[in-house]
Amino acid sequence: MAKAATKRASAAAPPTPNRERPPEPKRYEATKEELLEFYRQMLLIRRFEERAGQLYGLGLIGGFCHLYIGQEAVAVGLQSAMKPGHDSVITGYRDHGHMLAYGIDPKVIMAELTGREAGISRGKGGSMHMFSTEHKFYGGHGIVGAQVSLGTGLAFGHKYSGDGGICLAYFGDGAANQGQVYESFNMAQLWNLPIIFVIENNQYAMGTSVNRASAEDQLYKRGESFRIPGIQVDGMDVLAVRGAAETVVDWVRSGKGPVLMELKTYRYRGHSMSDPAKYRSREEVQAVREKSDPIEAAKRDLEKLGVSEDELKQLDKEIRAIVAESADFAEQSPEPEPSELYTDVLVETY
Amino acid sequence: MPIELKMPALSPTMEEGTLAKWLVKEGDEVTSGTILAEIETDKATMEFEAVDEGKVAKILVPEGTDEVKVGTVIAILAADGEDVSAESAAPAPAAKAKPIELPADQKTEPVPGNEAQTPKDSGAYQLVAAAERAPEPPEVPEGTETVRQTLREALRDAMAEEMRKDERVFVMGEEVAEYQGAYKVTQGLLDEFGDKRVIDTPITEYGFAGVGTGAAMGGLRPIIEFMTFNFAMQAIDHIINSAAKTNYMSGGQMRCPIVFRGPNGAASRVGAQHSQNYGPWYANVPGLIVIAPYGAADAKGLLKAAIRSQDPVVFLENELLYGQSFDVPKLDDYVLPIGKARVAREGKDVTLVSYSIGVGVALDAANQLAEQGIDAEVVDLRTLRPLDKATVLKSLAKTNRMVVVEEGWPVCSISSEIMAIAMEEGFDDLDAPVLRVTNEDVPLPYAANLEKLALIKAADVVEAAKKVTYR
Repeated sequence: MAKAATKRASAAAPPTPNRERPPEPKRYEATKEELLEFYRQMLLIRRFEERAGQLYGLGLIGGFCHLYIGQEAVAVGLQSAMKPGHDSVITGYRDHGHMLAYGIDPKVIMAELTGREAGISRGKGGSMHMFSTEHKFYGGHGIVGAQVSLGTGLAFGHKYSGDGGICLAYFGDGAANQGQVYESFNMAQLWNLPIIFVIENNQYAMGTSVNRASAEDQLYKRGESFRIPGIQVDGMDVLAVRGAAETVVDWVRSGKGPVLMELKTYRYRGHSMSDPAKYRSREEVQAVREKSDPIEAAKRDLEKLGVSEDELKQLDKEIRAIVAESADFAEQSPEPEPSELYTDVLVETY
Repeated sequence: MPIELKMPALSPTMEEGTLAKWLVKEGDEVTSGTILAEIETDKATMEFEAVDEGKVAKILVPEGTDEVKVGTVIAILAADGEDVSAESAAPAPAAKAKPIELPADQKTEPVPGNEAQTPKDSGAYQLVAAAERAPEPPEVPEGTETVRQTLREALRDAMAEEMRKDERVFVMGEEVAEYQGAYKVTQGLLDEFGDKRVIDTPITEYGFAGVGTGAAMGGLRPIIEFMTFNFAMQAIDHIINSAAKTNYMSGGQMRCPIVFRGPNGAASRVGAQHSQNYGPWYANVPGLIVIAPYGAADAKGLLKAAIRSQDPVVFLENELLYGQSFDVPKLDDYVLPIGKARVAREGKDVTLVSYSIGVGVALDAANQLAEQGIDAEVVDLRTLRPLDKATVLKSLAKTNRMVVVEEGWPVCSISSEIMAIAMEEGFDDLDAPVLRVTNEDVPLPYAANLEKLALIKAADVVEAAKKVTYR
């Protein structure tokens, strides 16, 4: 009853914007080359993650390992509109895809997953804790929601130093219920910081669906009481994501303050490797794979643009080779020296 | 009966003030709520309201008078038709109250006019009194000129000097800018550095600790002030999980040069949630630097070092000491090394190891022990992580007896750690078991008598020192 009443009330009084909002995003019109590149990146993430899952099964990767399969269009669409090394990116523990989309070498990522000396964190971080200050990729954080405050701090740094950069801070539908997210929204808007808050709504916070956890399940509205404009985007369509990213990046870079984006997406795998995913049916997953897969959709668009089946097969082969090479590298690299145990605790000696 | 209007204590810290301005004159009728005068305290200008009705019969202290002691009769209020000509014009001398630092935040500020009695007999008062009796001389070469400064002034100067030197340094926290600091530690910084670098935050500890940490990861040098470290418990996730661990987790890629600072430890009569020593909590965490100085000179030299450090630093100040004055070296750039304890007093019979306000108690005890023929050495740890074991063990090797003095709980404490070190690495030097004097193992009570029972006292240190010296 209460639910029906709420619906009527909202239908009766549509929110009238009393302030400027970013324009309605348009689906990006990619050239053949651009779309081919998006496709290549998404495929690289997919194949990389599939291989990571395999290595986990073989015991070469330990602990927690959260795969990005199904969500590829989000990182690729958004980060293709950013400048690596200039704009900062920060995310939670499901971070492999964001790193690959920022052009970080798959070999050092895979070697980190296997806990080797050559890993990007020298084997001391693991799947959830990877960073590349060179690319301004700031992790890789294991505490749900922490990256939102940290990202707000990175945006504060961009504004403070006047370097023209912006920050992209990813979090999930689960993190969207953490208190510090709203503390950060408040400060980001209050101080007009150059930050894009991105909710990757993959429908499940571990095993809890959005509807079971969120009183307001339209997560893009979550910034409204802080006067942060929200935009909901189809996160399974890389061109829709890229189009929205263009609009939002322009808005934020021009100094108009933060924007909240909700990317509706879906993860095909469990929350982590140890999740049997009993909270949803196999049919549900299968239906998304068949109807909404971002890579298959891009493939259809490429075919319309005249890219041949053979070209795509060739690309797939190249990507499989890159992934195989990174897996070999990750398996063959030595583990860290025992002396590494004591390094990097502090920077200075006292 | 004419009513005596007395100089009010407008904050729990106030001992005396300036009667800045009378807003009424003799002969004026006043009612409850009439604003009588403006009074300046060390922190702010406050209005003094009438509680009773009547006529202002006599103004005894003219406006512009400085150093009017709390409790001095400043005016006489007469009821209708009352003759007050016989009233003495001589102001009654007020009892000298000790200044005790209390939080200036709205959560604990008493209502003006409802003057709280300064708790002269409280445990916190005793701690301050011990500190006052036992100032620590600064660590400088013989003949260095010094200046008398309060702890809060020294901390402010440390921040201002580093901010002048390095554009990347900024201060962020609740009430640090326009209010000039809840404890006035950031006084004047907004005027000098502007609101880009001195930033008031909403009441949002978890959030701004994360923002500061993120800014440090991005290359800035934030100083994050917590109104007290009690509130930092809301932010402890960022201090430990984000700031302390990221350098390690990134294989040395991600620096986090940040200072988290603010008052720590027992305060006076503020109850259990506002009175706790977090030294042992943070000292437990690899990846953090933890500093807890006693005197103003050490505080200044170490805060400057903390701001320059490339590592995350938890800098624990003591709120009872903010108003205490110490000698601070008059040097352009007084920086002390992190991780070095100091011998605050030399002695040969027993070593008293302490840090923060406990050093005052230990020094006070050492003076009392001297009268009884026991020559105590006092080691001030200053940095809790990394802990300067060498200085502790060297002193133990000299005296062969040790008492640890800690204004904090006993279980899993810094004293536990010092005792373990003495066992593991100094066993052959021990002529008696190491003892410790700590607060009682209870949440800090409010009642003055109970609070006094809960906190450390010099007398207990004296007793412990006699025990380990078998006297």
